[in-house]
Amino acid sequence: MSNTIKIEVKDQNPLTALKDFFGSLLNLQDIGALFISQHLPMKSVVMPTLITDSDHLQRIDPLAPAFPLNGAKLVARLTHKSIGKKVAAVLRPCEIRAFIELVKLKQGRLEELIIIGVDCLGAYNNEDYKSFVDKNGPESTRLFYQNILDGKKGLIDGIDLAPACKACEHPVPETADIIIALWGIDINKELFVITQSPKGDDIIDKLNFNKTDEPATRLEAVTSLKADKIAWRDKMFAQIDEETNSIEKLTKYLAGCVNCYNCRVACPVCYCKECVFVTDVFNHEPFQYLKWADRKGILKMPTDTIFFHITRMAHISLACVGCGQCSNACPNNIPLTELFRSAAFRAQKAFDYEAGRDFAESPPLAVFHEDEFSEVTSVK
Amino acid sequence: MEDFEPIIIAFVCNWCTYTAADLAGTSRLKYPANVRLIRVMCTGMVDPKYIIKTLLEGADAVLISGCHPGDCHYINGNYKARRRIKLLHALLPQFGFERERVKLTWIGASDGIEFAETIAEMVKEIKMLGPVKTKLKMVI
Ligand code: SF4
Ligand code: SF4
Ligand code: FES
Repeated sequence: MSNTIKIEVKDQNPLTALKDFFGSLLNLQDIGALFISQHLPMKSVVMPTLITDSDHLQRIDPLAPAFPLNGAKLVARLTHKSIGKKVAAVLRPCEIRAFIELVKLKQGRLEELIIIGVDCLGAYNNEDYKSFVDKNGPESTRLFYQNILDGKKGLIDGIDLAPACKACEHPVPETADIIIALWGIDINKELFVITQSPKGDDIIDKLNFNKTDEPATRLEAVTSLKADKIAWRDKMFAQIDEETNSIEKLTKYLAGCVNCYNCRVACPVCYCKECVFVTDVFNHEPFQYLKWADRKGILKMPTDTIFFHITRMAHISLACVGCGQCSNACPNNIPLTELFRSAAFRAQKAFDYEAGRDFAESPPLAVFHEDEFSEVTSVK
Repeated sequence: MEDFEPIIIAFVCNWCTYTAADLAGTSRLKYPANVRLIRVMCTGMVDPKYIIKTLLEGADAVLISGCHPGDCHYINGNYKARRRIKLLHALLPQFGFERERVKLTWIGASDGIEFAETIAEMVKEIKMLGPVKTKLKMVI
């Protein structure tokens, strides 16, 4: 069951139409709050906000190519205990997919959550978004979505989509309750809202819109878009795999890492409550460092950099959704997303699993069967 | 590569493979001295990071060995271990740690002979593969 409604866009301004739509949503009795990105009054920063009063919808901008963090962990924070009210969260597809992984790990709950997924046009990395908005001011978001929807792929004045977005084959929110549809649609004239669950239907019924059909142009646009993204992704995989196919090369790739662990803080699916790398396990005795240094005559400090990254890979590659935030977070501009997504691709393939695909799919390391994977014990 | 003597770190479960290794010893069976045993209570407690660290520190291979399916003393530790090794087999070869360097086997308590044979065979295999690359270069 899926319902579609059409929202007229006036004055070629889809953002106003979205504000009205979210306003009426927020006015529904059982919706307690709206989680949505907006321009903060400070600087040109776009951040998620939790809105309870529709007066504060003025600066919302879910179409801005800004993606300062993956909201999955924040939504988990909002939902891990009952609050007696519903929260509607407006999210990108990769935020939803990461949240699905957190729900499986019992770190977030679905019960009081309405997931509103926006067809994802992609985003710039943090630094690029900043230059983009500094240059183009209040017109930046419009400039961006027009460029994307005209098929120009977001390259504007030398600023290009983040690699994570270029390689992302999930430009539509497949598991949202409600989708704000943008692909294949002239959003200066109209917007479509599509429901995908009874929860979504319930909301739309209460809003009293006339039902219509999903425009066929959307599916066409999405199909060709996905093919493009997959082609780019596979090229990216080939390149990163070549660049890191030995321990020497991996060491070179990660050479700038200072063990700040920002990448794991930014990662929505780095799920450990306490990361072992910041515990006393790694608070070695001073003499130990000298002993290690003595073995080869030299020891890089801080130590255990590669160890950290491969261990993080073992922890999260089955849950990585390729959101790109690890790269965004790295102070030394190490292209981590390429590395982790390619590892994730191999790991998820091995278990015929896809992170964020389905709430009902168990994380591969949380289940086991007696009769399986006999090849593991017969490596020759 | 003639005189290369690989170092193999073996995580063996107390109840099966460790007992098998003990039996091999008391039966005076000969097996190569390349292996260093670490006794753990169950293969299910071998965290992937022990294996990663071991390889990064320059061990040429890691053996994880425990009870046969159905025989684990903690019911399902060995099934969990199997999935973890499956994951490492998907991740590590990309960085030059061939699957052969992370071996999982089931060796029951009475299989002293099989234990000795497994080690001998593994040493042969790793000799053919050559030393692990982390030994040779500075790894950060
Ligand atoms: S590893 Fe990087 S790309 Fe993957 S989910 Fe975490 S932050 Fe996103
Ligand atoms: S964010 Fe960058 S420097 Fe910090 S730990 Fe991750 S890779 Fe290393
Ligand atoms: S007790 Fe031997 S593998 Fe679990």
